[in-house]
Amino acid sequence: MIENFNISEPYVLIIGGGNAALCAAITAKEAGASVLLLESAPKPFRGGNSRHTRNFRCMHLGPLGELTGKYGEEEYFDDLLKVTKGNTDEDLARMCIHSSQEAYGWMHAHGVRFQPSLSGTLSLSRTNAFFLGGGKALVNAYYRKAMDLGVEVSYESNVKHLEYDNRRIKSVTAEINNKDVTFTPAATVVASGGFQADIDWLASAWGEAARNFLIRGTPYNRGVVLKNLLDQGMMSVGDPTQCHAVAIDGRAPQYDGGIVTRLDCVPFAAVVNKNGERFYDEGEDVWPKRYAIWGRLVAAQPDQVGYAIIDSKSLELFMPSVFPPVQGNTIEELAQKMQLSSSRLRWTIDEFNAACQPGNFHPTELDGLSTRGINPPKSNWARPITEPPFYGYELRPGVTFTYLGLKVDKQARVQGKEGPVENLWAAGEIMAGSILGEGYLAGFGMTIGTVFGRLAGQGAAEHVR
Amino acid sequence: MSDNSILEARRQAEICNACRYCEGYCSVFPAMFAERSFSDSSIIQLANLCHNCRGCYYACQYTPPHEFAINLPAALDEVRYDSWKKFSWPQGFANMFDRSGMIMVVVLACSLAFLFWLVNTFIPEDGEGFYAHMSHGLMVMIFLPSFLVPLIATGVSINRYWRYIGGKKMTLTELWQASLEAITLRNLKGGHGDGCNFEDEDRFTKTRSALHKMTFWGFLMCFGSTTAGTILHYAFGLEAPYSWYSLPKLLGVPGGVLLCLGTGGLAWLKTKADPNLGVAGIWGSEMAFILLLFSVSATGLVLYAATGTALVEWFLPIHLGAVLTFFLVTPYSKMIHGFYRMAALVKNQTRSG
Repeated sequence: MIENFNISEPYVLIIGGGNAALCAAITAKEAGASVLLLESAPKPFRGGNSRHTRNFRCMHLGPLGELTGKYGEEEYFDDLLKVTKGNTDEDLARMCIHSSQEAYGWMHAHGVRFQPSLSGTLSLSRTNAFFLGGGKALVNAYYRKAMDLGVEVSYESNVKHLEYDNRRIKSVTAEINNKDVTFTPAATVVASGGFQADIDWLASAWGEAARNFLIRGTPYNRGVVLKNLLDQGMMSVGDPTQCHAVAIDGRAPQYDGGIVTRLDCVPFAAVVNKNGERFYDEGEDVWPKRYAIWGRLVAAQPDQVGYAIIDSKSLELFMPSVFPPVQGNTIEELAQKMQLSSSRLRWTIDEFNAACQPGNFHPTELDGLSTRGINPPKSNWARPITEPPFYGYELRPGVTFTYLGLKVDKQARVQGKEGPVENLWAAGEIMAGSILGEGYLAGFGMTIGTVFGRLAGQGAAEHVR
Repeated sequence: MSDNSILEARRQAEICNACRYCEGYCSVFPAMFAERSFSDSSIIQLANLCHNCRGCYYACQYTPPHEFAINLPAALDEVRYDSWKKFSWPQGFANMFDRSGMIMVVVLACSLAFLFWLVNTFIPEDGEGFYAHMSHGLMVMIFLPSFLVPLIATGVSINRYWRYIGGKKMTLTELWQASLEAITLRNLKGGHGDGCNFEDEDRFTKTRSALHKMTFWGFLMCFGSTTAGTILHYAFGLEAPYSWYSLPKLLGVPGGVLLCLGTGGLAWLKTKADPNLGVAGIWGSEMAFILLLFSVSATGLVLYAATGTALVEWFLPIHLGAVLTFFLVTPYSKMIHGFYRMAALVKNQTRSG
């Protein structure tokens, strides 16, 4: 219990309870520091967005555990450059990539177990190491390890304010059991995530449309600590108006829907907006390269909603979704059930069908089976939607994370106006914008969290000593 | 049969199928992810394949209080339990499952009374060891039918299950692979070899697997001891009591000790585990069954220790009463899980083979 924690000795305070926070806590404790971790969620929901993750992207020069082949630094960095369009910090990125190889062994030694890449994700078997049981199993293993080592963990502890003065964090105030408690740690690590669960903040950054967004992860990433530090002049990175959003099942819960709300049917569908009009090339590229732009595309449509329409011949070509599709024996019946205009949807599907060309269909590769004479076109996998029953999925933007964060150096130290803060480190989503300025690379968030979490824990522990 | 348990398990399986994070824990998930929609028979097969290792529960991001309310170990336990009732034979006995704890107590009391009465009424004219208290012929007359009839009932139930899940011909290799999985309890290894979750929330330990193996081998050795005695008796004309260096003793004594330690350990472990990860309301019956098995082995050891003393007259009927109860309740108690599990493992081998 937190009451038993000895606050008279110097200690490291960790703010946050996900992967980065736990890596920092374990590292600091193993380096000899006394460690207190404040997690804002209650125990069943501990672990931030890490509880929804499934793998981490790992550099390796030969087969490593379940990872096949090799994935070198240059290829890894190239992949990062492609998704960020160069919006990264090369030094930090290379350091992170380089450290990921050694992180694999560290994770295993601290209780994380891996499994072969999941069925349906073969494309990641070389680059991404999958956690057995997923991110919550990883989080559980780290909490076990941390508590066995003697890290003190306090749940439902909401940090409200860090007192910054003369290049130091002097104190930290948190609300615990409806009471304000003030801590005076010798060193502090902030690993409390982004602000995507604060819908008002999202709306003020993105626009009112954001109120129709769903949040794929934890409702506890409200950016309170981030905002508090930025307000006190810490240097920021990342576009404050942007978030990473993908198109997910529109029936997903407002928060915490996680992986199962993902919809992979777009390449085999005609996607319309609420007016029954198509608005983008559904077959532009293979889905792993396109799913990330669909969040934005749907967000730009009226009421931030889209409808993917397929017929029976495509139903089993993609991973099942958590919700069964809406079904109709005719396009009109399907339209009615989805509250679209029957005549308008009929017209759109007829026009789409007429534009489809004969040819060979290959669901797993770019098959060049494209439409002719319609705008927008569908460049691959364009087959007429003709075989009943017809199925429809509602699509909405699902926010994964926000880009705005704290600027850090190669030691994970938070940068104030006058240089690094003496006793403040940051790790995980709260600083990921330094490296991932744009786009997303599967599993890279967990890599950043692990590498910077360990750096932060090490730095904080050395400072306390 | 309650269709609700199948509906609930299907709801959860469809969520699992969209996630797949638990693929590596056990045999249930690869079997589940090979399908896109789940028939009643495939849900029942998945349920009997599940070893209740709980790895998936503690790893799951959708357990309560999340609104998806996933609790797959409990959902599959409900289906499993219902399926044993559905296939049980004679069908009229199905409801015995719901009261198997109480029935065990009643059957035990009746068996004890019956055996004490026998021992005191039909005193053998001659005979050594425990045959001085009950003749061999009388024992066979009671135990042969009370062993065979429940065994037949079990066989009929398993056969009904096998046909329902679409079981077909199996090869020897498949049977061998399934047996290996059963003997090694591969599905309690968690995929990573660290063991399963049970007595301490999400901590992986090998304790439950080890105790179950002790129970399993202890039981087989005790069974082997009795079989060896029967063979010695009929084929070689060698009658009990047997010396230390005879098969019945060499199997029976260590087997009894293993069975005692295994069941005692499992009972203790069960008091530590979260009861919400199994069927609500049968905790007591399951515990009663473990304790019955414990008392079979414990009374057997005590009887052996009492050899040559006047106490045999007391402990013989007590031990035989426990054994008789165990035989009689087998088809309608937790004991049945071993037979269904084996059938499910074989069926799963024929799937992947």
